[in-house]
Amino acid sequence: MTAVESRGQTFARLLLEQARVRPDHPALRHKSLGIWQTWTWRQVADEARAFAAGLLAAGVVRGQAVAIVGRNRPRLYFAMLGAQAIGAIPVPMHDDESANEIVPMLERTGVAFAFAENQEQVDKLLEVRKALPALTRIVYLNSRGLHRYEQPGLMSCEAMLEAGAPRLASVDAEIAAGKADDVAVVLHTSGTTGEAKIGRLTHGALARAAASIASIEGLTEHEEVLAHLPLAWVKQHLVCHAQWLICGFTVNCPESADTVATDLRDIGPTYHITSPRDLESLLKQVTLRMEDASGLKRALYLYFMAVAARVGDHLLEGDPVPLADRLAYQLGNWLVYSPLKDALGMTRIRVAHVAGEAVGTELFALYRSLGINLKQVYGATEAAGVICVQRSHSISADSVGQPIEGVELRLSESSELMVRGPTLALDVADAEGWFHTGDAAQIAADGSVRIIDRKADLIALSGQASFSPKLIESRLRFTTFIKEAVVFGDGRASVVALINIDYDSVRDWAERRELSYSGYAELAALPETVALLGDAIAQVNAALATDPALTGAQVRRFAILHKELDPDDLELTRTHKLRRGQIARKYALLVEAMHAGRREQHVDIEVQFEDGRIGALPATLLIHDARLASTSDRAGFTTARGRRAGSVRSIE
Amino acid sequence: MNERKIGGVILSVQNISLAFGGVKALTDISFDVREHEVRAIIGPNGAGKSSMLNVINGVYRAQQGQITYRGQVRKDMDTHQAAEQGMARTFQNIALFKGMTVLDNVMTGRNLKMKSNFLMQALWWGPAQREEMEQRRKAEEIIDFLEIQRIRKTPVSRLPYGLQKRVELARALAAEPKVLLLDEPMAGMNVEEKQDMCRFILSVNEQFGTTIVLIEHDMGVVMDISDRVVVLDYGKKIGDGTPDEVRNNQEVIDAYLGIAH
Repeated sequence: MTAVESRGQTFARLLLEQARVRPDHPALRHKSLGIWQTWTWRQVADEARAFAAGLLAAGVVRGQAVAIVGRNRPRLYFAMLGAQAIGAIPVPMHDDESANEIVPMLERTGVAFAFAENQEQVDKLLEVRKALPALTRIVYLNSRGLHRYEQPGLMSCEAMLEAGAPRLASVDAEIAAGKADDVAVVLHTSGTTGEAKIGRLTHGALARAAASIASIEGLTEHEEVLAHLPLAWVKQHLVCHAQWLICGFTVNCPESADTVATDLRDIGPTYHITSPRDLESLLKQVTLRMEDASGLKRALYLYFMAVAARVGDHLLEGDPVPLADRLAYQLGNWLVYSPLKDALGMTRIRVAHVAGEAVGTELFALYRSLGINLKQVYGATEAAGVICVQRSHSISADSVGQPIEGVELRLSESSELMVRGPTLALDVADAEGWFHTGDAAQIAADGSVRIIDRKADLIALSGQASFSPKLIESRLRFTTFIKEAVVFGDGRASVVALINIDYDSVRDWAERRELSYSGYAELAALPETVALLGDAIAQVNAALATDPALTGAQVRRFAILHKELDPDDLELTRTHKLRRGQIARKYALLVEAMHAGRREQHVDIEVQFEDGRIGALPATLLIHDARLASTSDRAGFTTARGRRAGSVRSIE
Repeated sequence: MNERKIGGVILSVQNISLAFGGVKALTDISFDVREHEVRAIIGPNGAGKSSMLNVINGVYRAQQGQITYRGQVRKDMDTHQAAEQGMARTFQNIALFKGMTVLDNVMTGRNLKMKSNFLMQALWWGPAQREEMEQRRKAEEIIDFLEIQRIRKTPVSRLPYGLQKRVELARALAAEPKVLLLDEPMAGMNVEEKQDMCRFILSVNEQFGTTIVLIEHDMGVVMDISDRVVVLDYGKKIGDGTPDEVRNNQEVIDAYLGIAH
């Protein structure tokens, strides 16, 4: 037996079931004081009961919302389970959101009780309480710096647990009273197109989605998973809560936010969830480090990465591959791929899901070529985090695969994807039960789905068919020196792009050339940097020129921004997706100047400092012309099975 | 911060004078430090701040005056004695073992707390093994406290300056000092690093009740985090009191604005 039966169950009952079936199997680990500490399923169940009793003693009742504010920490997991045990509804929040950002969410869910990881989160919640007097109780897990706090309703986790001890006996009755169609958790959407929306997901909906993925991927209790994504993200919740409780595998909490790379290597996950941004930044680090390698190593790396690009994916998919290529790949595996995967902590990965956003074709192909079984997952908070997943042996970069079991799909007249099924959140569907995703899509004959983009984001150049800006942006970001790109052009004659340099790689590059600068803004404005990025953009243009649908969408002009796009400035979501509307408003003057063909534009960009103050960052930004490629100029790119196989980047 | 319970005098220096040949570094300096307080020594370049700190923990021997530390009166301290009696310090120019990792550097700060002898440690046998595990746990607690887990295994020489300063603080803390002497903990840092360092100094003071004596150049920082401030100029004490008192002291204003003496 691998997974436990989840139909008709609540997550609290699934926890008890795991504690019964595999009491001594490791359920949760956390690296603390340099050592991985382990909790078995029995221990997790006991902790959850203690937290549940504490909540009962604190007067929390069935149906009440309980905020969970912090990063992946075992005690926040216990808090979440404890709340669910007594029928209360956990509302996980991103740890890096400001007080102002979390108020609307807490207000709408009527939160009166909150768990805070540490002083930082307590300060935030106390700030929130000024606007939200209903928030009467705050329990903190880590007491550092909080000794002198005497605000009413603030208590330590230990005090809550102690007060709960007499109520421990009534917890199991509460667990038995839960129903599968009760709301299990309230999550919020990332809010790329506006204010975040909430998704009230039932035990049944989450369990259905989680079990479906578990059976598709054959997940067992032996999986190791690293919980490195925000608690409030639906995909993280689906895997590290719902699937965890169904499959009984081990979830590992990183030591801190900046040790994830080390922790990944320590653990060597077998099942991994990641986002395109993470994959991009990992790859940039590899490219940077290769710059420091000896000539021989670099030559080997380049040669074998080209071999991998040619045959790696075919091998992974089980397609026939000539013997010579097989041998070359095996040699490359010894010399390059294995050590590389080891450095990335990806040696043991059986299956990795990339979710949250469309992943660039080249990026996707590169990881797969190393033999990492990366799959795209398409989901939405309103649909329990997963709608479609790619199935083994039918993976192509431009499709997100077929819908999971029980989920029906349909396209509206305007090509908007609509979803119906048992995994939907409450109150998100129309009268006929369809949830409108807001994404434009195509559905192929075999049922596989191709997501084009957010409907609202599609760009139609004057007199041409519309295309997704992400197609261009993901290509731009794939180049070493570009961290973020935002393209504009709807209703215009040509495409223009705002660019963020990748500070680490450009800094490294500048250091090698002994260029001097005093900070981000100055480095971004150096003529040498402009030339470097001009080359990168010209390369992307050359690639776009080979695609008849996109050749008109080449980047005509670009400007390099003097600051990084930042979630604190509302330019990105907390999961680092672009908030296009916000960016368009903020940089409207600049974009207008670019379309008009001006050479420079003065801008005053509003920024928020770490301490919450608002200020303006004035700058006069230069606007540069990008080199365009003609349609016949193929620039050495070849296409294979719909993806660009020649896209292994040369170093520089 | 004023809610913090400040105790009696833990350290007092009386009529200290120090000269190097004919150069008078300190002339007749007296002040005291109370338990659990943050006490700053400020002054322009060459005012004798570092000399004062060096006298306190026994690096220099004063020609005149005496020091009372935890009830004991002495002519001068001895560095080893100072360490054994709960005094730890950091240096203006970082003094870490550059080739060793952060963790190893912090572990050296535990040296005084180790009881097993050299041979037992070399064999890593019985009590020595248990002891090292216990010491490592303490070191890890400090690493956690100062949020340097990420660089635990990184050689110190590869770290940027601001982080090296933090590692030095970690090593000083590893000795679990009663009194922590910090020699320009924020010199050469950018604003963000300074803010971090302030936060750490204050939490050390709050969490462990450590008495802190710090030398600092940056007036703004000093006024924000100190309970009381001593001002030195040309080896003489020209001011002593709360930040507000010192700020309004005419002699101090003159010294900082460079009025001719």
